[in-house]
Amino acid sequence: MTPFNEMMAGDDDARPPYEKYYDWFSAQDPKRLAAKSRDAEKIFRRTGITFAVYGAKEAAERLIPFDIIPRIISAKEWRRLEQGIEQRVVALNAFLDDIYHKQEIVKAGRMPRDLIAKNEAFLPQMIGVRPPGNVYTHIIGIDIVRTGEDQFYVLEDNARTPSGVSYMLENRETMMQMFPELFSKNRVRPVENYPALLRKSLSAAAPQGCNGTPTVAVLTPGIYNSAYYEHAFLADQMGVELVEGSDLRVVDGRVAMRTTQGYKAIDVLYRRVDDDYLDPLTFKPDSALGVPGIMDVYRAGRITIANAPGTGIADDKAIYSYMPEIVEFYTGRKPILENVPTWRCSEADSLAYVLDNLEDLVVKEVHGSGGYGMLVGPTSTKKERAEFAKKLAARPGNYIAQPTLSLSTVPIFVKKGIAPRHVDLRPFVLVSDKINIIPGGLTRVALKEGSLVVNSSQGGGTKDTWVLED
Amino acid sequence: MLGRTANGLFWMFRYIERAENIARLVDAGLRMSLTRSGDADDEWTSVLCSAGVADGYKARHEAVTEAHAVDFLLRDTENPSSVMSVVQSARDNARMVRTALTREAWEATNELWMDMKSMLAKPVRGENLPDLLGAIKRQTALIRGAFHGTMLRNEIFDFARVGTFIERADNTARILDVKYYVLLPSVSYVGSSLDNVQWESILRSVSAHRSYRWVYEAEYQPTNIADYLILNARMPRSLAYCYRKIGDSLESLARDYGESHMAHLTATKTLARLEGRDIADIFDEGLHEFLVGFIIQNNKLGSEIAEAYRFY
Repeated sequence: MTPFNEMMAGDDDARPPYEKYYDWFSAQDPKRLAAKSRDAEKIFRRTGITFAVYGAKEAAERLIPFDIIPRIISAKEWRRLEQGIEQRVVALNAFLDDIYHKQEIVKAGRMPRDLIAKNEAFLPQMIGVRPPGNVYTHIIGIDIVRTGEDQFYVLEDNARTPSGVSYMLENRETMMQMFPELFSKNRVRPVENYPALLRKSLSAAAPQGCNGTPTVAVLTPGIYNSAYYEHAFLADQMGVELVEGSDLRVVDGRVAMRTTQGYKAIDVLYRRVDDDYLDPLTFKPDSALGVPGIMDVYRAGRITIANAPGTGIADDKAIYSYMPEIVEFYTGRKPILENVPTWRCSEADSLAYVLDNLEDLVVKEVHGSGGYGMLVGPTSTKKERAEFAKKLAARPGNYIAQPTLSLSTVPIFVKKGIAPRHVDLRPFVLVSDKINIIPGGLTRVALKEGSLVVNSSQGGGTKDTWVLED
Repeated sequence: MLGRTANGLFWMFRYIERAENIARLVDAGLRMSLTRSGDADDEWTSVLCSAGVADGYKARHEAVTEAHAVDFLLRDTENPSSVMSVVQSARDNARMVRTALTREAWEATNELWMDMKSMLAKPVRGENLPDLLGAIKRQTALIRGAFHGTMLRNEIFDFARVGTFIERADNTARILDVKYYVLLPSVSYVGSSLDNVQWESILRSVSAHRSYRWVYEAEYQPTNIADYLILNARMPRSLAYCYRKIGDSLESLARDYGESHMAHLTATKTLARLEGRDIADIFDEGLHEFLVGFIIQNNKLGSEIAEAYRFY
């Protein structure tokens, strides 16, 4: 079956959202476009928009390839996505609040107790802790895939520290620089205000006792982290300090940063450091990336940590399989956006089915990310499947499996013109006293023909994503 | 501003300054080896001393040869002061303080790094050296230009300037100290062609061989050269000039923060020793002793600044 092409309805017939773009594209000199495409790469390299690949020494800093053909979403399509995303984000926060307090979903028998109690991502230290404003996921990225005109599925909820928003912003910036004429022809909803919204949203989630303008800071593991560019970019765009663990210490019951004029207290910490490394006194004792004692300050309600510690459980892939139940339990309604059908290998029947059908399934680690440690059945070799079957049998609870979806495609610009490639979408959502969904998000595209893996660490690229005005 | 950011800016600009100074030293060394018939290798020994890497070199190579010295100074990443190493360190620091830099200043620094990564990937052949040295000087000038043209004159600017001038003062003082003996009046063959070459080399190492003539309207004279590089406050690489700039920046910081430190006192004292003095006094005191004393004070100032502004 041919996958759904988001741009083309026929050989020379664009789908409605792409009509204006396609007219423009068809009238361009391919040589000019090729030159623009090379320009884009230069812009990215000079700006230093790179990411680090762990373990790859020589190519330690790589560019994420950028494709000049935008991915376009109509106003109507977006409205539905927006409603579905909002519903999901509300449910996720209610779920987190519940499992760290009354655990009603367990009491109601809608979710097995062990799935929470025995989950590595569940932080017992957060039981009974109420984060300022009761917000758990201040920043969340929902990965969505499309398989047809009206079929959208949520693939993953990134509730810990979703990354990629800097690419969304730089992609738009680059497109506007290279093709200003496109933006006068198409009415594209802006994304540039994201940093301002982020700062506002983080400030709105400041602890109760905070008077005046809250002091916000971004916590990074440092320049060798794969997403360092984004950390610096966001701090810069928000106009707040970019701090490392070594800059911070607890002073008079507050978390404070060492400035040239002494220690200054922080109200809201947007941390891009994992839970485990946040506080050596509470979690990993050898962590140099965190702040000794920050969890005590947090429990005393004197700092906001965004996202809250312990939110990781909400993007755990085993929990994901319960998302339809979670949405219904907390919102009282059926989910607007569907989940991808998921087999939990911890269940004997499912495991048997998965082992029998490895060739047709995608198998993922429950806590994995970045496309590492997964098996894509249809493109795997017999040997790979045999090895994976052994892993599955040894630790079934560590895996889930999903059918290989026929992901939609959007063309990319290639030497011969255009060629369809599979895409996904990560819209970004900000949560404080209200929920803000940025129109569009990051479109990731698998650059290899036929490939379904869009992760940047596995050779994926990105596209500018347009949501059109009505 | 974070103390770590101040530290990053200070070192980023020290390293950029160092990259440029090393390029100048290599340039002067090459020039000497072209004009001198005999002991070109002696000249490279003094270049290595001026760059402060003579011990490191000895650990890597048995004999001093031009090819090895040039490679060690430009490419060897085991040498923390090679151009490649300092450009890498400058960029690491720039990445760390990315939020304090304008896009222009960051991009110029990133470009220097990209250029050096490709130009220094393999040993540089003799005929390509002029291009390489030119590229280093040009790109560091671009960073300085981007910085001057686009940065707000605030604490960020001040820490960067203090780093630049502490490094530059150190460099000028070292160049003079390695060659101080050729400037002493006691040397008998004053005015010989050998001395002229040596004197020109000193001036060349600080790109001052042409401006010297404009200022002194005379043949090279050791006292003039010393005067020029130590006391002349109009000469952008002289110790007096460096300390005026350091003084300005430290004063701005004291004004902004409403607080001054031990570092301010040290800087003022050092400047007092460079202003309103006659070069003859310094020769009386002993040129070598003066320079050694200066280098120690200059280092001390760096540590005092680090402490005052909580770099660590």
